[in-house]
Amino acid sequence: MIHASALQQYLDFAYIVAVVLFILSLKWLSSPRTARWGVIGGEIGAALAVGATLYNPELVQYKWIIIPLIIGAGVGIPLGMVKMTAVPQRTALSHAFGAASAAMIGIAEYYVNTAHLTRFEMGEIALEVIIGSLTFTGSLIAAGKLQEILPQRPIVYRGQNIVSLAILAAALALAVVLVVNPVQAALFPAMVGIALVFGIMLVTPIGGADMPTVISLLNSYAGFSAALLGFVLNSKVLVVAGALDGSSGFILSVIMCKAMNRSFTNVMFGAFGQVQAGGAKEKEDRIVRSATAEEAASILEAANKVVIVPGYGMAVAQAQHKVRELYDTLTKRGVDVQFAIHPVAGRMPGHMNVLLAEADVPYDHLKEMDDINGDFPQVDVALVIGANDVTNPAAKTDKSSPIYGMPVLDVEKSHTVMVIKRSMNPGFAGIDNPLYYMDNTLMLFGDAKAFVSNIVKELGGAH
Amino acid sequence: MPADFISNLYVFILAGFVGFELIKRVSPLLHTPLMSLTNALDAIVVVAAIIIAGRHETPLTTTLGAVAVAASFSNMVGGFLITDRMLRMFKTGRPKK
Repeated sequence: MIHASALQQYLDFAYIVAVVLFILSLKWLSSPRTARWGVIGGEIGAALAVGATLYNPELVQYKWIIIPLIIGAGVGIPLGMVKMTAVPQRTALSHAFGAASAAMIGIAEYYVNTAHLTRFEMGEIALEVIIGSLTFTGSLIAAGKLQEILPQRPIVYRGQNIVSLAILAAALALAVVLVVNPVQAALFPAMVGIALVFGIMLVTPIGGADMPTVISLLNSYAGFSAALLGFVLNSKVLVVAGALDGSSGFILSVIMCKAMNRSFTNVMFGAFGQVQAGGAKEKEDRIVRSATAEEAASILEAANKVVIVPGYGMAVAQAQHKVRELYDTLTKRGVDVQFAIHPVAGRMPGHMNVLLAEADVPYDHLKEMDDINGDFPQVDVALVIGANDVTNPAAKTDKSSPIYGMPVLDVEKSHTVMVIKRSMNPGFAGIDNPLYYMDNTLMLFGDAKAFVSNIVKELGGAH
Repeated sequence: MPADFISNLYVFILAGFVGFELIKRVSPLLHTPLMSLTNALDAIVVVAAIIIAGRHETPLTTTLGAVAVAASFSNMVGGFLITDRMLRMFKTGRPKK
């Protein structure tokens, strides 16, 4: 298929330069200071590769290249301009697009070459198309849950895992039949269809709180399907880009799993939050202390060191800008304010950092869990905004808690804990949080945005 | 096993290790932009989609190729755009007066 013409050599060279730029791009991303170079490097590499491809002598028509490129840009620009709170669902959607592209190219490869595929090539295509297809539908379901078109609660039924695995086994069985005899073209769409169904089955049972892991895993699958496509097409640039994307998603999934003290299998097949319904009932009579915005403001005003712990609730309430105002007001009064970011706070890796950066909170005040946990005994006020499980001390002490063993922020060690929460309803995962009943905890009931805004007003009024 | 497969496997393994070493160093602060950037880089499958669409072999393959061009190119454009928007927001504390 490849002619060793001089032109082809130039094209190959362009791809090599693109690959080098992709690797540099990730290298530059390691620090916030050089990170924007990473984007520029990646853009130049991508433009070079796309530009070179347009000179490929195999192309006989351009209409169905140019029109889709224009449509792609037309769809991509608005998707690049979404609000920061919508980034998790946008990311899931882009995993779906990437996986769909890889799957569609694999499908086209099959139909072009059906008559003369070797068994080995058939195996590569089948695997690539199965992974691409299941990642496509799985990512769509994840995006739907994040956008709240679909319920975020895990949807489970008896024998679910067996049914799901049987579906996957059916897809793989069809793949094996096709490898034995690649010309059975009728089986190929069936295999694709079953893989698409499996993707839906895979993600539907997973709850919103597990999204950081799921979105990372889907990222990894999308990357590996692109790398496999590189094997199918014998394209090294795809192999490299896919391997980089796949390993990135894989590392993020491992980090997310560690941050929840869970295994991959547990996340994928263990539907979170279904475990415990009884445990919380027995302790109905525990005392909860609440406070008003005025009282909260005066406690914050008297503090020397305040740590704010943001969670998904801050994102839902769009409270990040009000939180920034609180940060500014307190900082102006000489209070040391830091932010404690748990790795799985929010719905995707790094979610809280992006929201707070959007609100202009300087990133050197955003602290990782391991860096700030030792400081809590010296903290006057820990202000928890829309975070729940990541502050739950039961994870350290209560062996019966479903989150036992999960690394958490030691907020209860600070002098005073204030928790902004809508009501005493247990969070999303339905896990009871003993933090709310501790002697040094004050509950601030209300909408995160409105409450923080009231505290800021009180602080301003005290001038 | 075909020779192409072996050479691709070498590339895959080496690129996987390079990726692992690079991504390990990315600060958790930037994990969201990391994901959107790798997404944009992964959208390089657009080059394969362009070839499938441009070869114009059957209506089915041209359609699949054209849709794949649109889907992957939207990832490329959108991925770089949003990554840059995010990275522009990360600022250090202003020096105190």
